[in-house]
Amino acid sequence: MKRRKNKKIEFKSVKDLPPIAVSLGSMSFNCTGTWRNVKPLIDYEKCNNCGICWKFCPDACIYVKDGRPVIDYYYCKGCIICAEECPRKAIETVKEE
Amino acid sequence: MSEEGHRDRKGGVMQKVIMGNHALSYGAVVSRAQVIPAYPITPQTEVVSLLSELCADKVLDAKFIKVESEHSAMAAAIGASAVGARTFTATSAQGLALMHEMIHWAVGARLPVVLGNINRAMGPPWTIWTEQNDSLSQRDTGVLQFYCESIQEILDTVILAFKVSERVYLPSMIVLDAFVLSHTSENCDIPDVRLVDKYLPPYKLKYKMDWRHPHAFGGLTSPDWYYELRYKIELAMEQARGEIRKADLEFKRTFGRSYGLVEPYRCKDAELIVIASSTIAGTARLVVDELREKGEKVGLLRIRVFRPFPCDEVRKILKTAKKVCVIDRNISFGHSGIFFQEVKSSMYNSQFHPPIFGFIAGLGGRDVTPDVIKEIVEYTESHEQPEDKIWIGVKR
Repeated sequence: MKRRKNKKIEFKSVKDLPPIAVSLGSMSFNCTGTWRNVKPLIDYEKCNNCGICWKFCPDACIYVKDGRPVIDYYYCKGCIICAEECPRKAIETVKEE
Repeated sequence: MSEEGHRDRKGGVMQKVIMGNHALSYGAVVSRAQVIPAYPITPQTEVVSLLSELCADKVLDAKFIKVESEHSAMAAAIGASAVGARTFTATSAQGLALMHEMIHWAVGARLPVVLGNINRAMGPPWTIWTEQNDSLSQRDTGVLQFYCESIQEILDTVILAFKVSERVYLPSMIVLDAFVLSHTSENCDIPDVRLVDKYLPPYKLKYKMDWRHPHAFGGLTSPDWYYELRYKIELAMEQARGEIRKADLEFKRTFGRSYGLVEPYRCKDAELIVIASSTIAGTARLVVDELREKGEKVGLLRIRVFRPFPCDEVRKILKTAKKVCVIDRNISFGHSGIFFQEVKSSMYNSQFHPPIFGFIAGLGGRDVTPDVIKEIVEYTESHEQPEDKIWIGVKR
């Protein structure tokens, strides 16, 4: 996965501030994964690639690569819905360091 | 829309007799509103029914959205305005109260939605008659407020409001009295759309919702910048004052009619000035004429624009007055009439402090007749000490 860098847009005064709260950069600069307290880890030994975690992830942070689910930790906020929904209990929840 | 019905055979201006509600609808039509999300409520229903009919008949090229509530109506209006469509809606009383959250949103998102509000008293008890508490409860949202007195003024204000709103990026509310104005029919000149096109350029939005240029809108903003965004709204409100004056002058050049932020009537040498809004001002004008004939130096100041409040105009006109009385068809419980508070507070930081009397009259649509206004004038003349709230005609 390509690592994205945070691009910071700085405002100095009201003059260069847009009239509304609008994100000027693309969301690919705003990595919300830093909000996470707990982290889901996929145990690929137990995983049968059913895709249920991919379907349930509310932030679309699980994508399918070569037929297997992969978690995008730059955006995963650690809601653990994937672990709850996994029928084979293949997703483990670990504390974020 | 086609000009059919509004032009005579020689192409001259044709007067049409329409009701106040239809003046709102035709105002949206000639302004080429593109999206109209609306929910019907007495006494606003005719605004919506005419617009939905005109959309269905393809007379008006707009998307009419049937919604399940006023909250949704305003939410849909915000969505449409955010993608760059000129948007109109209308409501009344409880409907406006339900829209309240979304009005804040339209202001914060800086979207120039124009809405009509028919002043109806708030329930309970259920009532359908006029009172200004519904629209004045939106005072602090940041929506521009215009209080109309005649059918022609309603239609003209819709066009003007779109122009001003789209310059300052704030929503506008056009307010008219239930039944007294909404269901009264008068002659009205519905201007040619081509003429309106010249006056009202197409709506352009700098930061619009566009899938080709994705942005997050209204996201979490820290105290570092939220404060500045509020400051920008206030700057826009201040700018709106000038924009209304400018748009009004241009309106006069294009259509031959002008209204201003306030409308003074025989105020120049007046010792006592009556301040009123909406249709009460029309009745008060008759009373002023009658008292003038008797030699009493009475004038009338009608406040047409309530937000932004015309402080400069009010100060200038009240400067020479010896006494002022404000007639409020509304009340802020625990204090006094709302127009009264606004007038009084705009005078406080000026050098002139005429005694200002506050009167509560006509709540829940009770008639404010010339006799009621005469009683108010007499009370003001015969008392020296001003009072904050004087209830006229209450059955004690």
